[in-house]
Amino acid sequence: MLILLLTLIPLLGALTAALIPSNSRRPIVLPIVACLQLLLVIAVTVTGPPQTGNGWIHLDAIGKLFLLEFSILFAACAFYAVNYLQYRKERNNRVLCSGFLVCLSAMTLATAAHHLGLLWLAIETTTLAMAPLVYFNRNARSIEATWKYMLICSIGIALALLGILFLAYSTLVAGLPPSLNLETLQGYAPKLPQVWLSGAFILMLVGYGTKMGLAPMHTWKPDAYGEAPGLVGAMLAGGLANCGLLGLIRIYQICMASSEVHFYKSCLIGMGLFSIALAAIFLVRQTDIKRMLAYSSVEHMGLFAVALGLGGKALYGVMLHLIGNGLAKGVLFLASGNIHRAFASKNREFARGTLKRAPWTGALFLAGFMAMTGSPPFLTFASEFAFFSAAFSQGHIITGALLALLLMLAFLGMSLTVVPVVFGDPPKNRERTKYHERALLVVPPLALLICLGILGIWLPQPLYRLVNEATALLEVAR
Amino acid sequence: MNTAADQLLVFVILLNILILGTRRTKLAIRAIATQGIVLGLLPLMTHSFQSHILIITIFVLLAKGVCIPWLLLGALKKTESGEELQPVFGYSGNIMAGAVATVLAFVFAARLPLATLHQGLLIVPASLATILAGFIAIANRRKAINQVVGYLMLENGIFIFGLLLTEAMPLMVEAGALLDLIAGIFVMGLIIKQISREFSSIDTSRMTALREVE
Repeated sequence: MLILLLTLIPLLGALTAALIPSNSRRPIVLPIVACLQLLLVIAVTVTGPPQTGNGWIHLDAIGKLFLLEFSILFAACAFYAVNYLQYRKERNNRVLCSGFLVCLSAMTLATAAHHLGLLWLAIETTTLAMAPLVYFNRNARSIEATWKYMLICSIGIALALLGILFLAYSTLVAGLPPSLNLETLQGYAPKLPQVWLSGAFILMLVGYGTKMGLAPMHTWKPDAYGEAPGLVGAMLAGGLANCGLLGLIRIYQICMASSEVHFYKSCLIGMGLFSIALAAIFLVRQTDIKRMLAYSSVEHMGLFAVALGLGGKALYGVMLHLIGNGLAKGVLFLASGNIHRAFASKNREFARGTLKRAPWTGALFLAGFMAMTGSPPFLTFASEFAFFSAAFSQGHIITGALLALLLMLAFLGMSLTVVPVVFGDPPKNRERTKYHERALLVVPPLALLICLGILGIWLPQPLYRLVNEATALLEVAR
Repeated sequence: MNTAADQLLVFVILLNILILGTRRTKLAIRAIATQGIVLGLLPLMTHSFQSHILIITIFVLLAKGVCIPWLLLGALKKTESGEELQPVFGYSGNIMAGAVATVLAFVFAARLPLATLHQGLLIVPASLATILAGFIAIANRRKAINQVVGYLMLENGIFIFGLLLTEAMPLMVEAGALLDLIAGIFVMGLIIKQISREFSSIDTSRMTALREVE
């Protein structure tokens, strides 16, 4: 019941936002709903007993972790939106506010869905709800980005649906009563015919991989992330991409329960390494900060795929990285939104010397970059460390070595852009924008960063328990 | 199960080829609407009569036969429709690719291990052929609206496969999927109108502003 409440609150918020006529008052709905949602989610995840059940809708440990990440990120974006939208008074923000809340509702439903069809429906809804938000700037570039996003993601998600149907059909071929319930399918898995199961896996890897932005289906990503406002980018990278990951994790849970797992693992490792390699190469020559963040997202989604393929200890890292990557992307995108406002450009040629122009934002961008690339003390250090230790201790020496090399390359590539943007000299001959740093433009990303730092050093007991439970859910199937 | 269903599926495949080969966008939209209506009728033929099936039929007829074509024709009216754009590999190339894909679908489907109930049926090959035709239409057409038609063919192909599984898919999820499809087409229609305003054409090959700098 609580989960229904959690889905309904944002929907009601969306309705309220759509009905409020005043453009300047409307954004207030966002933080109110976000706070309510976050409090409830914390209550559910921290105090709630581990739920068991076979229903369509219930929250398991994996779902709880995703939900926690979504809610924290959404709260930061919601507070940020209040001040950000004051700079964009010329634009009607009705669609943005409502779309954001509908998206939150759909994401919440996705975390609790244990029926693969319902999960698919929720993920598809997030894609739709975000489309008008990518087009917030209403110019030729953003319409091009929106079209690519909409078409490629729709095709991808359609393929995932075909994969789900394949999976359901495999139960028919095996002579079992058809079902799309996650737990039932896990029980069936050893008996399912290999052809249909691997077909389903490939289709869902491609389908949800499109949503995550795994290469080579990532082509919409730099465009959409580049043209969307910073806070929409944060939600795309930390929310929607993770929804795709959730879909992938669910099919992974089923496949890992089957008899032959080697094929699935090699697919994941191969696709992941390819994504990381491609992202690393494009990161080196990227001059646009938001496009850079998009490739960084491709890189980290690849990292998730590799880690799932490695299995074992890496799965603990997946659960940590899920939170680490989501929050770090939030910091970077919100800061990059500020940089874009401050310099009226998101290219490192013009957006130089943020530390001098907007010191808080500059510091945040730099620290966010450190967090993103897995430097201690941030949470991402712990998760990436888990990936490497898994790779080397489980005999995947070549994968581990490649991973180290590519992550190094990606780090260098990103720093080529981050260093001038943060430390350079602001361009002299450009007109100074009206931007000045306001509390709500700085505090939300700062809060995310502090979260990342604290969690990197100390995981609170309930969260630690949750991460372990979630890891066990991924492992135990064997 | 019965020959009427198989004949309808053959009709669906012919419509695929028609959509791939036609120059006229309006005709393509009408053809995809017809395909939607045929698909709506199919569940009644392949399954014994149940209220569950009847509701799905009504939903599909409304969504794919009425709502979506209406949205697409609306979008088409707002864009300049006179100009026809040569597909990347030409119309004959399109039809050839469609024919090859259909043959491949039949060959591939024959090799799949099917449940005994479904052996010798056209459902799986027709579904794969329609999905592949959808991909060809998306990749080869240049006008945004024709790409949407291709996407609808892809969805129709998936729907045909779903005919094997009406028992596994709860009504709520199926209805939700259709609603999402309508909403998706609605959003795509809006985007198409914006594209034609910004680029004064809906030729997607003109959209080249966003790419990596060389």
